[in-house]
Amino acid sequence: MRSEKSNPAPLGLKLAAGAGLAFMHLPILLIFLYAFTTEEKSYQFPPPGLTTQWFAVAWSRPDVWAALTLSVKVASIATAVALVLGTLCAAAVSQTRFFGRETISLLVILPIALPGIITGIALRSAFSMADIPFSFWTIVLGHATFCIVVVYNNAVARFRRISGSLIEASMDLGADGFQTFRYIILPNIGTALLAGGMLAFALSFDEVIVTTFTAGQQSTLPIWMLEELIRPRQRPVTNVVAMVVVMVTFLPILGAYYLTRDGDQIAGAGK
Amino acid sequence: MTAVFFDNVSRYFGAVRAVDRVHLTIAEGEFFAMLGPSGSGKTTCLRLMAGFEQPTGGHIEIFGETAEGVPPYRRSVNTVFQDYALFPHLSILDNVAYGLMVKGIGREERRKAAEDALAMVKLPGYGTRRPGQLSGGQRQRVALARALVNKPKVLLLDEPLGALDLKLREQMQEELKILQKSLGITFVFVTHDQGEALSMADRIAVFNEGRIQQLGSPEEVYNRPQTRFVADFVGSSNVLSEDLCRSLGLKASFASLRPEAVAIAPPSEGALSLAGTVASQSFLGATNRIVIDVEGVRIAVASPAARGVPAVGSPVTISFAAHDLHPMEDA
Repeated sequence: MRSEKSNPAPLGLKLAAGAGLAFMHLPILLIFLYAFTTEEKSYQFPPPGLTTQWFAVAWSRPDVWAALTLSVKVASIATAVALVLGTLCAAAVSQTRFFGRETISLLVILPIALPGIITGIALRSAFSMADIPFSFWTIVLGHATFCIVVVYNNAVARFRRISGSLIEASMDLGADGFQTFRYIILPNIGTALLAGGMLAFALSFDEVIVTTFTAGQQSTLPIWMLEELIRPRQRPVTNVVAMVVVMVTFLPILGAYYLTRDGDQIAGAGK
Repeated sequence: MTAVFFDNVSRYFGAVRAVDRVHLTIAEGEFFAMLGPSGSGKTTCLRLMAGFEQPTGGHIEIFGETAEGVPPYRRSVNTVFQDYALFPHLSILDNVAYGLMVKGIGREERRKAAEDALAMVKLPGYGTRRPGQLSGGQRQRVALARALVNKPKVLLLDEPLGALDLKLREQMQEELKILQKSLGITFVFVTHDQGEALSMADRIAVFNEGRIQQLGSPEEVYNRPQTRFVADFVGSSNVLSEDLCRSLGLKASFASLRPEAVAIAPPSEGALSLAGTVASQSFLGATNRIVIDVEGVRIAVASPAARGVPAVGSPVTISFAAHDLHPMEDA
């Protein structure tokens, strides 16, 4: 068995893997390339010339800034809501036994399994039935539904690794509920919450479907980009913004990956 | 003064009677063992004392104060957990000082107290390490220091030596005993190891199915088991059946007989004797365990290894003094 592992992969497999990776990632590189093109109306290949002027143009356009700040605000608040509710829910499900525990666990995870369009329609009709005007807060609520899931999933995995006797030991040594949460639980689930929060932020930041159903007149950054593609003017500005989106979402996801990977050593009560 | 008082205490989990109408009184400064097989209710009793469980019925007092409804963090009781439950994200010093920290004692004072406690359990200078860097025996000592630094009135130990190897366990038994005598704190410890209970405790409560079968000094529990369960669980006494008892002229329906009280020899004057055949034999180091079949009843004999071993199947006579035969209840 060992020799099989060290055998080099056959050439065909290598080519197929390379082709697959190229198919996934070359289009992203093209987006970066067209952020520098001199041609603003169509995406002709190869670009007739290269320029950095679109960065300046994007910087000075107020609609870009409005969309960006809205997206950051929505993502931040949705993440904050998800952190509180997701952690509480994970604590309840992992630390106690009660009737309907498994059902609640499933219902919390459901929004991420459901197609976004279902969540979107459901929320939209619920908002109109309850006569809630579409606003910034309806977007936040819509995003929070799936942000809670990622926070919950991260927190529940970490809670399961905290031995129940740690909490009992803390109480036994004289710490009340708040002190136990602050000194024992929070330090042990901190990295999981950070990772979950980062993922939630990234998810919210580039969400389109639920947003189209729950937003009023406002455009978040992804919605703005969608509208911009139809317009044949200053197209490379969209590409510049796309680069920003990649940056803003990719870094937290990378961070979350490293945080949860190291989590094994942080929470490991044994060796 | 009475340290722990249980009056008719029960704890049910649904239909399961984990603790069933238990009475017990533990005196101040006593080293008290709760012995029993797993699921016998001994750990639940400990958790009732610590405050992690509330009784379904009955009354608990700790140093004269009612304990029902008092949360664990308001009891002058500390616990050494079976898995030690050291906080993995804190240094050893912060682990030991945790109880003082949540009480709001100043940094310098609690550092000093924690270092003293670590020195007491023979781990001076280990304060900067993490729990993951210590061996099982060392973690056990840290758990002990972390509990004792709070100067509890009662220290609860839940199978404290269960995870240690034999040599370390014997050493810790000795140290725990010395520590308990020098501190004068009431120790209540739970174990399923009868040898540990016998060697360490001042008094032992033997638990089975949520009830105390017998409560007494190690000598009493070992030499005069009151029930068949105790005879069987504590050092595997022989249980003599009704017929055998009658043939020996005893009135009780059952009687216990310790293997080491029996000799394979013709009876000397005044001793009782039975005839049987050797059923099996095994070498246990200092002694041989020889099982004799007497009219269908198996009687184990602990025979010194220096003495010869009769062949399996050969007829032998066993003898014992009448006062080694202890009548008991059928339970």
